[in-house]
Parts: sequence; C-alpha cells; structure tokens
Amino acid sequence: MVLLLARRLTQAALILLGVAAITFVLLYALPADPAVLLAGRNATPQTVANIRHQLGLDLPLPVQFWNYIVHLLQGDLGRSFNQKTAVAPLILARLPATLTLMAAGIAIEVMIGLTLGVIAAVRRDGAIDRLVMTLSFVGVSTPQFLVALLLLYVFAATLGWFPMSGYGTPAHLVLPAFTLGILGAGWYARIVRSAMIDVLGQDYVRTAHAKGVPAARVVLRHALPNALLPVIAMIGIDIGQFMSGAVVVEAVFGWPGIGQLAWQAIQQVDIPIIMGVTLVSALAIVLGNLLADLIAPFIDPRIRAG
Amino acid sequence: MLKTLLRSTALAAAIAFAPAAALTLAATAPAMAQAQGGDIVVTYKDDIATLDPAIGYDWQNWSIIKSLFSRLMDYTPGTPDLVPSLAESFTVSPDGLTYTFKLRKGVKFSNGRVVVPADVKYSIERAVDPKTQGPGAGFFGAIAGFDDFAAGKATGLAGIETPDTETVVFKLSRPDATFLHVLAINFASIVPKEAVEAAAGDFGKKPVGSGTFVLKDWVIGQKLVFARNPDYFVKGVPHIDSFTIEIGQEPLVALLRLQKGEVDIAGDGIPPAKFLEISKSPDAKDLIVDGQQLHTGYVTLNTKIKPFDNVKVRQALNMAINKERLVRIVNGRATPANQPLPPAMPGYDTAYKGYAYDVAKAKALLKEAGYADGFSTVLYSTNTDPQPRIAQAIQQDLAAVGVKAEIKALAQSNVIAAGGTEGEAPMIWSGGMAWIADFPDPSNFYGPILGCAGAVQGGWNWSWYCNEDLQKRAVAADSMSDPSKSAERVEAWKKIFVDVMADAPWIPVFNERRVVAKSKRMGGEPNIYVDPTRVINYDAIFVKP
Repeated sequence: MVLLLARRLTQAALILLGVAAITFVLLYALPADPAVLLAGRNATPQTVANIRHQLGLDLPLPVQFWNYIVHLLQGDLGRSFNQKTAVAPLILARLPATLTLMAAGIAIEVMIGLTLGVIAAVRRDGAIDRLVMTLSFVGVSTPQFLVALLLLYVFAATLGWFPMSGYGTPAHLVLPAFTLGILGAGWYARIVRSAMIDVLGQDYVRTAHAKGVPAARVVLRHALPNALLPVIAMIGIDIGQFMSGAVVVEAVFGWPGIGQLAWQAIQQVDIPIIMGVTLVSALAIVLGNLLADLIAPFIDPRIRAG
Repeated sequence: MLKTLLRSTALAAAIAFAPAAALTLAATAPAMAQAQGGDIVVTYKDDIATLDPAIGYDWQNWSIIKSLFSRLMDYTPGTPDLVPSLAESFTVSPDGLTYTFKLRKGVKFSNGRVVVPADVKYSIERAVDPKTQGPGAGFFGAIAGFDDFAAGKATGLAGIETPDTETVVFKLSRPDATFLHVLAINFASIVPKEAVEAAAGDFGKKPVGSGTFVLKDWVIGQKLVFARNPDYFVKGVPHIDSFTIEIGQEPLVALLRLQKGEVDIAGDGIPPAKFLEISKSPDAKDLIVDGQQLHTGYVTLNTKIKPFDNVKVRQALNMAINKERLVRIVNGRATPANQPLPPAMPGYDTAYKGYAYDVAKAKALLKEAGYADGFSTVLYSTNTDPQPRIAQAIQQDLAAVGVKAEIKALAQSNVIAAGGTEGEAPMIWSGGMAWIADFPDPSNFYGPILGCAGAVQGGWNWSWYCNEDLQKRAVAADSMSDPSKSAERVEAWKKIFVDVMADAPWIPVFNERRVVAKSKRMGGEPNIYVDPTRVINYDAIFVKP
C-alpha cells in the first residue's frame, strides 16, 4: 500500500513536470508577444524591450523554464503579466468556490445517476429503462450553457426562488450545482446501469434470490457495492475535470471559480496565470485518479488482494 | 459586440477625465437635482486587473482609477474642458517650456498624510520609470530629462522641480500644447510613496490616493467595494455614498438583474442579442444611456504596399465602402465617419463631407490609376465578433469595385504586430483595437496613428503614412502652448486632418457610440455615464431622490 502510494506520487510528480514543460513550450511558442500587449500603444520599442527584459522573456526558453521550475518548487507560481500581482493568491482565492461547486456538482450527479441507473438496471428493457436511457442521452448531449440559462431563466429570473448570480450562500450554489449535476448524471446512470446488469446476472445474486433475500436487499446490499467501482473511477475523473473549472457554468452564474480566471487569462495572454491554472488542474486530475485508486480496494476487497 | 470591442481595448482603450471642481459641476448643471447618498451596484464580466494608476490602462479600471486618485488637472464632468484640480492654479511661460503649478493646500491622501509637491514628482517619475512597466510612460516624453530616465541613465526626471512646499515646476524639452491634458490622464495620478512601498509590488490591489472614493474591500474574483472619501477636497462631491463592483457577471444576466433592480449599472453594456428587445421596451429611455465617445474605426491603406502607394487607389477605396451598412452590423450603435477625428473631438470639421459612397466613381478612379480590372489584396481584422463580420462586409464592398480582398482574422496582438511591421499588412480594419483618444485633444489622433513617428517598426501608424509637410504643421500646432491660442491651434489641427484625407491613408468607417444600461433610479445626463474622458463618472452620477 505504502509502496503503491510512493510509486503513484512519483508518477504524479513526473506527470506534472511533463505538463508544465508542454504548457510552457506551447504558451511561449505563441506568436503573441505579451510584452507588446503590456506596453500598450504609446510604447516605444525601447519600452517594449525593457518590459521583455524585466519579465525575463528575452532569455533562452530552457533558461526561462528552469527559472519557472525553481520558483515552482518554492510554491511560487510567478506574477500575472496583466494584474501585476502574484498568481498563487489569485488561484487560492478562487479555490473555495471551485471546490464547493465541484463537491456539490458531483454529489448531485452521483445521487441522480445512481438512482436512475439502478432503477433502469432492475427494470431492464422496460419502459422506465428506456425513459432513463433516453433522458441520460439527452443529458450528456445537451450543452451546459443551454441548461444553465434555462435554469436561470425559470428558477431565478421568473420564479425568483434562487439568486440569479453570485456566490456566498447555499442558495447561490443550487442552480450552478444542478446544472453540472443534471448533465453529469447521464454518464453515471449509464455506467451504473451496465455495471448493475452485469452484477445482477452473476451466480451469487441468483443464490441470494434463491435464499429468499428480499429483492431490495439483494439489489442494494449484494449487487450495488460491486457495481460501484466504475463510479468511483468516474468521480476521480470528475474531480479533475471540475477543478479545471466549469467555465460555462461559472460564467453564466457569476461563480468565482478557477474557470473564470483561466478564461480571462487566455484572452489576455496572461501566461503565468494560464500556467498556474493548468498545473493546478493537472494536479487535481492526478490526485483525483489517485484518490479513486486508493478508495477502490476498500470498496472491493478483490483489488486489495490483487 | 460592444462588449468584445471594448474588452479588447486593454490596449486601445482609455479615455481620460477626473473629478472636476464642484463649482464647475454646479455651474454646468444647475437644473440637475443631485441628491446625496445611495449605494449602488455595478457589474462587469472580467476581473478588475489593477487599480495602480501607473499601470491600469483598460476601459474598466480607467473610470475607477479616475475616482480613487486626483491629478493636477481634471475635466468638467461630461465635457472635454480642462480645469485645475489638485492644482489650485498654474501658469505657462511664454515659450511654452515651463509650467508652474500651485497645489491646493491641505489635501490629504486617504492614509491621512497631506499631499506635497514631492508626491507629484515621485508619482510621475514612477509612471515613467521603466521598472514600473507602465504603459503610460510615453505620454510624458516632453518633460526634460525624459530620455535619460527612460533609458535608465538617470535616477529621476530632471525636468520636475519642487522649489517649495506648494509649488511644482515642469521644464519641458520641447513645447507640448497637450501637456495639461497629459497631467489629467490617469498615469499622472498622485500617489503616496510610503503606500506604494508598503504594498511591496501590490499597489494595484492596495491603492491609496486622494480622490473621491477609497477602496474598502476587495474580494478577489467577486467584488470590490468603494466608499466615499469624506476628506475629498471638493465639498459635495461625490454624490453616492458607495459603489460595489461585482465581477464575473455575464452581461446577459447582469441585464436581467438590472431590470429587476438588483443592479444599477451594467458595465459591459447591452449584448447585441438583447439590444433590440431592450430598446423597444417601454422602459428603454430610463434604462439605456447612449453616449458619444472619442472613437473612430477605420481601415488603414498601407502606403508602402502596392497599389496603395497610389493616392488614386486609396481615394477610390474610400468611395467604395457602404458605411451605412456597416453601421447596421453594429445595431446602429455608431455613426458613419468621413474624417479621422470623431465628432465630439475639438477640431472636427462639420463642413467637411469626405468621400461619398459612389461605386461608379470608385471604379472610374481605379481605371484612371491603371487598375481597371481591380487587384488582389489582404484585409486584416481581429477575430472576435463582430469584427470579422464587418471585415466581410468591407470585403463585399471591395469586390463590387473589382478588388479581391482576402480576410485574415487573427488574434489582436498578431494584427497589431502585422500592422507595425513594414510591408506586411496591406489593409487593416481597426475594430477592436483602435482608436479611442486618451485625452480630448486632436493631436492624440495624429502622432501615433497618422504621424511619421508612428510609422516605425512596432508603431501604430499602420498606413505607414508620413507627410513631411503635415508633420511640420503638426509640430507647429503642438507648440502653441499659450492657452489663449487654443482656438487657433484647434483650427490648425482641423486643416491638418482635412489635408490628411486628401492623401486618404485611411478609410474612416464609423464613430462608435457607447451604450451603458442603468437602473431607473440612477440620475444624470448620458454624458456622465459615457463621459468622454472617463466612461462612467462615479463622481457625478447620483441616485434620484
């Protein structure tokens, strides 16, 4: 177990280094010169050169990368070109919002997805199954902004049940979390359904039925835990995804998460922020998957043995 | 579209103005019932990048910085008229090379310290200092010692002197009739050295000034709260008690909230999709503020690239563009232009009619120039809506006179780079990049974008147009520093721009107006919501009683 953890953490560090290197090269290979953007239209070529020098943009790329990594190891993500302030606090300030939305979104999608998936599996090929599968199909293929705007229009603008935009109270969280949850639930419903169908067809389930165990108990206690593995893996992936920012949802509901920051930074060619957000997201993806791998053995002892 | 256009003005943006004396305010608007008090909410989509006056140069922070800090000079709200502000009075020497300012007595920074002449010297040196990485350094180029300081050969600006506790003297190396405007732009805001140093590089997040408002709270990514400065040196200014800027607010949602009364000013304006609906609603006249800004959108014709080296070709293309149609693409939120200066700018020639839209005449002129069958060229544009659509409409108009233009829609910085590279971009549609005046003076529309100095590598004169004769006249006009000669000077500029149009290095396309949405309770004329020098004038707006 400790060995596994050590190995995975080493892998994670290498992956992050790789991500940093690739992002760095891609960003700095862009034809857009941040120094020109910063200097503004009244700048003389001398000013632009000064700025380029102060930002270290005139150094050879490998040297720039080395400097970046050295700072990174000290927890320093550099300074934003555009905001002229340290990047790390900008990201940290937005972490609570991102984490909250991520947790709520995942909770909702798992609850809806599990429920629908189990029902569909139990009522396999019936009307309910077909309805659930159709809904999940609609869910996974509907654009986020459509659902977001729809929820906003109906429940905030028209009915006034929830605030339209902002952050801070549980009421603010409902609509953005449901937007993510409703859309994500489709995936979970499909995965749970097929895993459940698989498990329900196995011998021990038939044995349980034969013993006279109540149907609900067979499904929930005997079958479901064995169908949860893919769900855990999926949650691991979602942690990574939502951490990198639910850009659209954040935009519509004015949710101050990391996605907003990333989107603005991209438009402004604010390389240090883009780098920082990318690394944080990569870290989240790696950790999310690691977490899923670590939890899996507790759900399914067979993995522990293997 | 307005949103995208204006967002991209991180570079091109900026209009300038500041708190004017209450006296002038009262004098110009005696009829306005300016109630005191009220807390308002303003929304923007993007973060406020910085509130450091030496660095902030986009259309969002421009208004806020105006109100957080004060400057020697300022403008009467809603107008391009200069008035002394932090300066009590000033004199200009007959040769136009020495400006002497007396500071108002007892003005305090919000940290409690009195503003002294050394603060003026420090603040302007800070804006010019290459270490600051500020975009405004170039404005102060006329101050003696600028070149040495900018190049790092001196430790300060030799041309700023502080002989006693209330006087600041500026010595210029050349006459600059725009110098008073320069002292009114944000980069000339006065800041206390101790606060800059205490902020340790984060002054943009911890600003301290002597303006009408102070920053009370900044929750990163969410909101900024500004409260009235009770010590502001003009009594009765500002009118509102506080304004809260909520960021991360989608313009469409901001507008819905505004209609419900949750928001007072939707800073990003009205999204094109909602514009018709709102403008036809019964509340429209209370909600929409439509104001002129000092903006001209134009197509540059690169005089160093064939066939645009031929003046007849340039004139012909000026006649080929249906500007009315282009205005419709931006929902009518612009006025067709016939000259470089926008109508609200001193020096705009109302008598000048420009090149009328006339396809037959354009073709005839092209034939005269030896291009009866037209030619092929490239039109650059930025790639955010609606700029590519406007470029396509221009492309169609050009096709009608036989000119085949290929469109290159690129990211803003790439278009700017192409424009500033000799022989690179034959035509550029300026939308999303240029040009909004930094201050309300006609010279601001010449030097960088039509003058010889801008026709250099990395410059903004994308026509690479350099008329030596006009250049001499421009220098002469800008040497008329004597305030009593200002009418004569404006007249000189008016003629320069008409003569520029004879050479036709640009196709002036339209002057964009700015649309702001405000709640019904907000009072005041459109020109303080779209103030020509500061966009939203937080000092002048008020909540109706």
